[in-house]
Amino acid sequence: MAAPKKSRGPAGGQGRPGRSLALILIAMVALTGGMFLADQPTPRLGIDLAGGTSITLEAKSEPGQESAINKTNMDTAVQIMERRVNGLGVSEAEVQTQGDRNIIVNIPKGTNSAQAREQVGTTAKLYFRPVLTVAQGTPTPTPNASSSGKPSPSASTSDKGKASAKPSASASTQGRAVTDGLKTDSSPTPKASTTPKADATPSASAADQAAAAKLQKQFAELDCSSKASRSKAALGAKPTDTVVACSSEGDAKYVLGPAQVSGTDVDSAKAAIDQTNGQWIVQMEFTKGGAKKFQKITSQLAQQQSPQNQFAIALDGEVVSAPYVRTALSANAEISGSFTQQSADDLANVLSYGALPLSFKEQSVTTVTAALGGEQLQAGLIAGAIGLALVVIYLVAYYRGLALIALLSLAASGILTYTIMSLLGPAIGFALNLPAVCGAIVAIGITADSFIVYFERIRDEIREGRTLRPAVERAWPRARRTILVSDFVSFLAAAVLFVVTVGKVQGFAFTLGLTTLLDVVVVFLFTKPVMTLMARTKFFSSGHPWSGLDPKRLGAKPPLRRSRRVNAPTDHPKEA
Amino acid sequence: MSRLGSLGARLYRGEVGYDFIGKRKIWYGISILITITAIVGLAVSGLNMGIEFKGGAVFTTPKTSVSVSHAEDLATEASGHQAIVQKLGSGGLRIQISEVDTAKSDQIKDQLSKDLNVPTEKIAADLVGPSWGEQIANKAWTGLGIFMVLVVIYLAIAFEWRMAIAALVALIHDITITVGIYALVGFEVTPGTVIGLLTILGYSLYDTVVVFDSLRESTGDITKQTRWTYSEIANRSINGTLVRSINTTVVALLPVAGLLFIGGGVLGAGMLNDISLSLFVGLAAGAYSSIFIATPLVADLKERDPQMKALKKRVLAKRAAAAAKGESAEDEPSDDDFPEDAAPAAAVVGQRQQPPRGHGRTSGKRR
Repeated sequence: MAAPKKSRGPAGGQGRPGRSLALILIAMVALTGGMFLADQPTPRLGIDLAGGTSITLEAKSEPGQESAINKTNMDTAVQIMERRVNGLGVSEAEVQTQGDRNIIVNIPKGTNSAQAREQVGTTAKLYFRPVLTVAQGTPTPTPNASSSGKPSPSASTSDKGKASAKPSASASTQGRAVTDGLKTDSSPTPKASTTPKADATPSASAADQAAAAKLQKQFAELDCSSKASRSKAALGAKPTDTVVACSSEGDAKYVLGPAQVSGTDVDSAKAAIDQTNGQWIVQMEFTKGGAKKFQKITSQLAQQQSPQNQFAIALDGEVVSAPYVRTALSANAEISGSFTQQSADDLANVLSYGALPLSFKEQSVTTVTAALGGEQLQAGLIAGAIGLALVVIYLVAYYRGLALIALLSLAASGILTYTIMSLLGPAIGFALNLPAVCGAIVAIGITADSFIVYFERIRDEIREGRTLRPAVERAWPRARRTILVSDFVSFLAAAVLFVVTVGKVQGFAFTLGLTTLLDVVVVFLFTKPVMTLMARTKFFSSGHPWSGLDPKRLGAKPPLRRSRRVNAPTDHPKEA
Repeated sequence: MSRLGSLGARLYRGEVGYDFIGKRKIWYGISILITITAIVGLAVSGLNMGIEFKGGAVFTTPKTSVSVSHAEDLATEASGHQAIVQKLGSGGLRIQISEVDTAKSDQIKDQLSKDLNVPTEKIAADLVGPSWGEQIANKAWTGLGIFMVLVVIYLAIAFEWRMAIAALVALIHDITITVGIYALVGFEVTPGTVIGLLTILGYSLYDTVVVFDSLRESTGDITKQTRWTYSEIANRSINGTLVRSINTTVVALLPVAGLLFIGGGVLGAGMLNDISLSLFVGLAAGAYSSIFIATPLVADLKERDPQMKALKKRVLAKRAAAAAKGESAEDEPSDDDFPEDAAPAAAVVGQRQQPPRGHGRTSGKRR
């Protein structure tokens, strides 16, 4: 719909109004059918209408790293937040980027929004911790099932998933391991000071046994089988403590020593293919400081026995990977194992996220109670109904019989808008919010205006002294151009707003753009054909006083006079 | 309808009409005056930016028996900032507290729930950091800028550059007036207002485009005739599309009025109200400007075109000649035929037999 067409020829579809009508009716039926098939009989409601919490976060880059706010980083951040929020047991929570630097988190009602806010508001916590003990991911009720506690003997640097193959460690092994771990930790190695916030070193000697016993109990009870319990275990894990943790898959649980290297120490990470054996690996690069710390931990770990030669990559308290260390490593490290491309990418993402020079700041938090949401929805619907009723009254008063065509067209437009909105819910995550409702109501005016443009044109033609049928056809090309030009301008406004703006403005722009497009569709495929058909009926063509096309009332000139054209001076001047 | 319908017909034939172009200086003057007032108002009193732009919290409670002034005291005490409380149509309260950050507002919410004896989970809260509103506003301005550039390019291609410029001037005019009214009356500016303002963009132009479209059509072959100057045809175009412009505006305003009524009357405050208020003001300004500003401006610009100047000269010369022949120049333009006779331009004025009366074109068509 770019530049208007100058064509003055017979309007497209003039001779076959039935075909256009059939087309649009099929489209309507198909959309309605699709709506019910998809089990989406109503548009998805936004937070402000359905109730819930909506959080807008803005990415802040570290000074000097402004380019860090890019699509890749934002997408990774969204992934991580999704994990966190949905880890709370909310499956419908939505995390989306909006604009270039915002993330919107929508949490439906009935969720602990305070907890959710805490979860998304904080930066991801990625730590490298030494592994002290490993066990299967379920509680271990029988303490001496097996005594070895040996992990699978894979010599290669193993990855997550391997742990599940291990027999569960016996209680005694666990106890020893933990105690050992604590001992090593409280030994005067300088690592505590190298960890980010490590000022509190673990309790030294006396409290050792008590703490160990407590930890052992915790570990034995730890249940990694459900998402919720996993996140619960991860809550409150301080980087400086020895903690219990689950693997993110839930198939293993760990006792982990204090964090040695933090995510911010990772400079970059990417998935790659090992040139020698064609396997997927993850390559990490550390920052200068990170390299030192990493070298320290790996040189220690390399001398340990399994499983204590593993370090865990713990993201938000969950172990995403626990590779073995074979030699001391420094700035560059490779993690190999049985990666697929997907899992390698995932791990690289996780590692990068720790390195993302982004933090997120809460920009706005909107909590809408279900009652208020319902009230707003109701108010919007009533406003729409009132607006519609006023428009209908006005149209009937002014256009009489023609108003019928306008109302049918409005109804067609309404059906299309409604079904498409409903279908867009699952398709692109469209949610009807209050501004979108406003957009739809305002669109009533835009849609009705297209009919007014056309009707006035027809009336002008009748004033020329034409009978209805030629008038309808002659009016169409001119009206069509006006409608296209003005709708294009309106659509342009909506499109620009949609692309440029954020938040509520965007929802509004989307509805406005959609309804403008549908307006064109309806006018072309519905209003015009119906008008053509109606022109064949006696009621309209005879100019019944109630048809709105009564030549006398319109002040038409007697047909025999020379035609008088205002709007197209040289166009068929002699035609009558 | 019959009266309206025949008025439409007479407008269409040019039997009645208002000389929009001839009196344009008056309307320019009025618009300049309004615009200056708006700018002064904006400079002096500034805009009353809402919580969403300043940062702060808005709490909405369900129906409660606590009085507004009492709630205001409680909220002010709980937050340490001045609170503004409004009673809503539902019986609930809307409590606005500015300049609190999102962390603090959680405490305030808890405190309020205790004070007002309403469970926390029944209080809706809208917490906004100060830079968020700024971001929304900045993006809106960016959008406005991009849209203006695109639309000028589009109109210059679809119509011509003079119309593009006139449409742009009309658009800026509408937005200035709307913003000015907000500044002068002191309505609160919220994201809803911004949405409304941005919608005016589309609508104001939509209206202008309809008039321009008719103008372009009727001036297509203007140089082939010598009866009318560009301004006269432009005036005729405005009058011919007047009914349509009025209908367009009325139909656009009716749903907005519905929104305003519900938003303002029933909900008391909120997004519906904000959007519809700015739309209402902007739409009215838009309808005015497309008729009184945009088209006269096009005519002004067009008359500077050498071709049009030459045409005007020819037309005037011809009229002078006709007058010399003894025909009253006053009668001449009352011919309600129009430039259709462009091609047979030689047609002598008044040659055609006219209906004896009904040429009440008292205004217009003469200078």
